[in-house]
Amino acid sequence: MDFFVLMLAIPLVSGALLTVVGERDWAPNLNIVASLGTFLAAAGLTAEIVASGPRFAFGEQFFIDSLNVFFVALTAFVGLTTSIFSGPYMRNEQEHGRLTKPRLRLYKSMYQLFMFTMLAALTTNNLGILWVAMEAATLTTVLLVSLYRTPASLEAAWKYFILCGVGIAQALFGTILLYFAAERVLGATGNALLWTHLVDVKSQLEPTIMALSFIFLLVGYGTKVGLAPLHNWLPDAHAEGPTPVSAVLSGLLLNVALYAILRCKVLADGALPAGFAGNLMIGFGLFTLLVAAFFLSRQKDVKRMFAYSSIEHMGLITFAFGMGGPVANFAGLLHMTMHSLTKSAIFFAVGHATQKTGTQLMENIRGLIRINPLIGWGLMLGTLAILGMPPFGVFASEFMILTHAMKHFPWATPILLLALGVAFASIFGKVQPMVFGETTAKRLPHAPAITPVFLHLAIVLMLGLYIPPYLTRWFHEAARMLG
Amino acid sequence: MTTAIPFSAQLINLFAAVILLLAFAMLAQRRMLSLINLFALQGFCLFLATLVAAVTTGQVHLYYSAGLTLALKVLLLPWILHRLVRKLNVRGEVEALIKIPTTMLVGIVLVMIAFNVALPISELSQTITRGTLGIALAVVMLAFLMMITRQKAISQVVGFLSMENGLFLAATSATYGMPMVVELGIALDVLVGVIILGVFFFQIRDQFDSLDIRHMEKLKDN
Amino acid sequence: MISIAGLLGQTFAILLALVLAPLLSGWVGQCRAWFQSRTAPPLLLPYYMLQKLFKKDVVLAHNASSLFRAAPFVIFGCMVLACAIVPTLSTDLPFAPAADALALVGVFGLARVFISLAGMDIGTSFGTLGGRREMLVGFLAEPALLMVIFTLAMIAQSTSLATIVETLAHRDLVIYPSLAFAGVAFTIVSLAENARVPVDNPATHLELTMIHEAMILEYSGRHLALIEWAASLKLYAYSCLGLALFFPWGIAGGDSFLALLAAIPLLLLKLAIGGAILAGIETVNAKMRIFRAPEFLGIAFMLAVLGLLVRLLLETRI
Repeated sequence: MDFFVLMLAIPLVSGALLTVVGERDWAPNLNIVASLGTFLAAAGLTAEIVASGPRFAFGEQFFIDSLNVFFVALTAFVGLTTSIFSGPYMRNEQEHGRLTKPRLRLYKSMYQLFMFTMLAALTTNNLGILWVAMEAATLTTVLLVSLYRTPASLEAAWKYFILCGVGIAQALFGTILLYFAAERVLGATGNALLWTHLVDVKSQLEPTIMALSFIFLLVGYGTKVGLAPLHNWLPDAHAEGPTPVSAVLSGLLLNVALYAILRCKVLADGALPAGFAGNLMIGFGLFTLLVAAFFLSRQKDVKRMFAYSSIEHMGLITFAFGMGGPVANFAGLLHMTMHSLTKSAIFFAVGHATQKTGTQLMENIRGLIRINPLIGWGLMLGTLAILGMPPFGVFASEFMILTHAMKHFPWATPILLLALGVAFASIFGKVQPMVFGETTAKRLPHAPAITPVFLHLAIVLMLGLYIPPYLTRWFHEAARMLG
Repeated sequence: MTTAIPFSAQLINLFAAVILLLAFAMLAQRRMLSLINLFALQGFCLFLATLVAAVTTGQVHLYYSAGLTLALKVLLLPWILHRLVRKLNVRGEVEALIKIPTTMLVGIVLVMIAFNVALPISELSQTITRGTLGIALAVVMLAFLMMITRQKAISQVVGFLSMENGLFLAATSATYGMPMVVELGIALDVLVGVIILGVFFFQIRDQFDSLDIRHMEKLKDN
Repeated sequence: MISIAGLLGQTFAILLALVLAPLLSGWVGQCRAWFQSRTAPPLLLPYYMLQKLFKKDVVLAHNASSLFRAAPFVIFGCMVLACAIVPTLSTDLPFAPAADALALVGVFGLARVFISLAGMDIGTSFGTLGGRREMLVGFLAEPALLMVIFTLAMIAQSTSLATIVETLAHRDLVIYPSLAFAGVAFTIVSLAENARVPVDNPATHLELTMIHEAMILEYSGRHLALIEWAASLKLYAYSCLGLALFFPWGIAGGDSFLALLAAIPLLLLKLAIGGAILAGIETVNAKMRIFRAPEFLGIAFMLAVLGLLVRLLLETRI
């Protein structure tokens, strides 16, 4: 059977299945097995694409090339590790009485459906379907964010829904305008929203419409990326939802939304004078970076702080793609990978840490290293990695972005350095006493899953020291496609 | 000057103008039930406009769009909302809206912006409905304004749905609608969204004993 | 060149206005009574009132200034002028070149200033209160009226009432959404300007709510008669203006006497229907609190602006 069909079918079917059997004791394992199946299918698909080049599926409705297969592989991998992590984590939550069995059932089935919508969004060739899948991804996660049903989590979910709903409506308007521009060239057929068709005629698209369309698309999907000033939902949703949800939101959903912007940017670049789309993204990226860096220092809640760190990195990545060109695109893609892996690893570690100490307030979390050295080291190393310390991979990508910016956009360098410096100082200063110092933690009924944390960090470390040649080639090809 | 605009286009323009008027009416409507009825009426005007466009152009898929609008926005969604209002027992609820005139003035400014943005674009379009693109954008912006100014969860959702109406009108006016598969997907998303929100309303009410989102302003960056 | 026929026609139109205006007020009052299932006052009641008032002596307050005595004549004159330039029967009378819509608004404005000043002149609290409220209503209604006129002026590419009416009578679109907006806005403005029910009630002297009546409390005798007559004329002018703008059919294009005579029956019919509708509006609505009047007129302003914008967007296309 086709790897691609399998990859989409497994999360969809298992999501449906888990709504029925999600309360059984073995359901978490089914969740892991389904994620593993998805990951294997995605790996198979990746191998296929790397070996034989881009392909279509379901007519021309789905399209997989070296750009999105890279996101697919990343998504499926983090999806798998998060499901492994969430097994013991959610059991502990249940023992603590924060979650009931029906809620766990909801969690598992929505988790799989969320994976489905993200994979569909990544692989679809139809920009309309991309929108539908993005909206569906919002809808599946709204109920996940409010899983604890506490006032704070409800508020976070409500904000998430309303802001992302408004944002995504702007994106729909952008899509409509894009279709309008395309229809003038391609005719009113169903093909006029297919990205592969649009790319062929991108230079003929009407610039007036495309300019407006791209602005709406950037603002719309940018809301989901967490670009300032539309980032308000992000810290709340990350802080109040269950930790596995924070991990996938931060590590995956933001990436998928950014991917949507990248696809649209390729079209806009073809139709508009050079630099229009890029400059917009540079502006949004830098602004986001600055806003996030300065909010970082004021945070008291550990998950909230790392959510702001995600915003900061998304700003940096948006800035990188805004600069454009093979090097910056390469750096952007690399940084997306690194950020996904590192940030989800951090959230895993933070999840266990907050469970052990029973609080998310950083001032009450102390001395993790004594009660559980692995979690303590995991959090410390993860933090060092996300702050861009060598030899971790984030250093490599941040270094590339910085040097490229110095060469081509020298005026941006002080802003970048300032933001990164502020972020470093505020995060490191807060994490250090959490890891070292007197302990407050307690024992957990279920042993935490430490493997995902170190698996992610090991990959990040490896990529920092050595990027395998096939991966470099793959990144280069994807970067070239982005122009 | 006004050289012959075809009669069907004039009819569509009329419905579009009524949709815009209804968007303003929703902005100023204090009562929950009337708000839902206004929303249904707006959907009905949208349905009529789409239908006229379908009859004039003979495009089959516009008939489907019109049918979809009628089923979803005139019948199903208002019905769900009515049910919600009844079950949540907020039938008679009245929102304390202050500063309606200010809101209206802001609304008018938004309409001007929308018209200015849309004018150069609609001139590029060949559809008979193209004039309504500006109205569509204006409705989207007014719905946005409504979501900002409202304090009740349900009226925010009605604003959200009204925004979707505007987007649908935009699609019809610029290009005679999106491809069918996309339109179906959008409709499905909206429907699922409203159902999820319905569930959500009960959760909110259980936690806060009210659907007033002013209670939900605790999460702040200190 | 002003012809004799034209002059005669103009004089005839003015005389007709003077005669018909109290009749229109009587008719509205009668309709209102019918709608409210009351025994209707006689149709000619306003004439009896005027006759009675003209016979009575004028009683003046000690501290009344000359302004107080002059105001009724100024107001009456303004309204006669307004009736003369509104195209009631024909669009081609000698006053037509002067019939600029903005000038018309100015004429109404002048009358408003005088009646407010006269209300304050005596120095009673009611007069001052009424004057203030009148200015508030006017301050809100005038922009809306101007917006309505701008919308129409854009359609006709002219602010001359005669041109506007002629253009609208030979319209090239079947549906003008902008006209619908402007029409509703104009109706609201007319209600406010003529002190009709949702804003003011012409039939009561309830101190907390009255506007128009509060200003003229101190008037008596022929002064009061002139003011009452002017109020009827104002209603007549507004009605004719509305009818001419939004239902322009049947207004004669020339100034021949026959054409004018032919236009009379249709005018009477339109006025009768319009008056009945006005009575209907007054019956269905309740008088609103004075503080809500700004909101009500705000709606009119908003509608008028929307009409203008819709006109720009939807109806100007080659």
